[in-house]
Amino acid sequence: MELVTPSIGLLFWSALAFFILMFVLGKFAWKPITQALKEREDSIDEALKSAETARKQLESLKTDNERLLQEARIERDKLMKEANEIKDQILAKAKSDAKSEGDKMISAAKEAIEMEKVNAMNQLKTQVANLTVDLAEKILRNKMEDRSLQEVFVNDSLKNITLN
Amino acid sequence: MTHINNLKSIQYIIKKAIFTIVFSIVSLFSFANHDTTHLATANVHEENNGEEKFDINKTIMEHVADAHDWHLWGHTSIHLPVILYTNKGLDIFSSGKFNHGHDIYVGKYAYKMEHEKIHAVDENGNVLEDVSVLDFSITKNVATLLITVFGLILIFLTVANGYSKRGIGAPKGIQSWLEPIILFVRDDIATPNLGKHTNKYMPYLLTVFFFIWFNNMLGLIPFFPGGANVTGNIAVTMVLSVITFVLTNINAKKAYWSHIFLPHVPLWLYPLMIPVEIIGIFTKPFALMIRLFANITAGHILVLSLVCLAILFKSFAVGFATTPLIVFISAIELLVAFLQAFIFTILSALFIGMAVNIETEEAHH
Repeated sequence: MELVTPSIGLLFWSALAFFILMFVLGKFAWKPITQALKEREDSIDEALKSAETARKQLESLKTDNERLLQEARIERDKLMKEANEIKDQILAKAKSDAKSEGDKMISAAKEAIEMEKVNAMNQLKTQVANLTVDLAEKILRNKMEDRSLQEVFVNDSLKNITLN
Repeated sequence: MTHINNLKSIQYIIKKAIFTIVFSIVSLFSFANHDTTHLATANVHEENNGEEKFDINKTIMEHVADAHDWHLWGHTSIHLPVILYTNKGLDIFSSGKFNHGHDIYVGKYAYKMEHEKIHAVDENGNVLEDVSVLDFSITKNVATLLITVFGLILIFLTVANGYSKRGIGAPKGIQSWLEPIILFVRDDIATPNLGKHTNKYMPYLLTVFFFIWFNNMLGLIPFFPGGANVTGNIAVTMVLSVITFVLTNINAKKAYWSHIFLPHVPLWLYPLMIPVEIIGIFTKPFALMIRLFANITAGHILVLSLVCLAILFKSFAVGFATTPLIVFISAIELLVAFLQAFIFTILSALFIGMAVNIETEEAHH
């Protein structure tokens, strides 16, 4: 029976001891411990979450990059095509320009040649005429005494020359 | 590979066997030593034929109960202070003055100690029945309580210091050893029962858990500073269960009281139900008190009975036979030490949780 009869002394001391223990531990141990545990859990949670968002961001960055690359490729192709076109245009224009310039030069040269030719022909004509006249004079001086005959002969000769 | 494993397991078994033997010898000797001194002092009655009679009942009850001296070995004891309060005031003196109950100490009254109970007596040694002596002595259990308080404060301030030093970093040393247990109390005991009120009751639950566990373990150590049966003392378990009782009832929600005084039964059952519910308020903490007390005391009695067998039969053979049994029971007691701390804590959490979370529970119905 004594075993199940609580003694007043132990009741008092155990209550006192327990309350002191609870007070001291509650203030200096449980509070900082539970707070630190909570903080750590929160930080782990946060770290996991931020890792997840980082992963997602990386993924979106990757797709972004791919998209940008694709766009750049398309842009490059477009630019190349345009450049090719411009090059063709320039070449064609240069060709046509050169051709027209050449044509112009050729025609000018032709004109000049024609003119020179006419000049040369005229000079030749005068020279031939002079030579002919000289020659005819000499021949005629030697052969023709008759004045009328001379005139007929000269006129005929001249006619022939003009016809040429 | 299997060969190495076998070798390892054999080594392990040998190590375990050596440990077991050493442990059992130590426990046997410390208990035996204890009991032989009692043979010399109190528990031996000279019978007519001169043979010594060993009173096993008395020995065990003395070990399980509280004491004013802390017996160490042989004739060596620590004489703890006796603090008495009578109508003449306080009397403080060493328990050595009683000389294990043989002498009378004269303070404001003359005091005599009989079976660890202190009475005021007259000059002839007759008990004065009309003088009530309140015994606030620092007994073996109180001294153990003080050790527990200092021990737990030391341990957990070290742990808390670890947190303030390492912040949210990985725990180290004793901190990493106790952290899983603290988390166990929080996540498996408190949170499932208390829900959003968990933080408010965590200090109590953690303190009560480690207080009971530490004392249970101390009680299993057969020599100083262990050996006291603190958590197997009804006064201690009463204090703990009264705290749970008070916490339950002062924090209880309105629905808790309406559940008691306006139960969901036909009106004609009220005269039966209301008393039952009111008794229920008290039986829950009462069961807590008895459960812890009975489990721990029973464990002590069991181990002590087995130890006493060898002394009772005065035979080394019996001692060798009972030793493995004592080791086995002691191992079970290690488990019980944790289990009872766990049960007390989880039931406290449950009772408090039922009182403070009753609204959400009603909403489910």
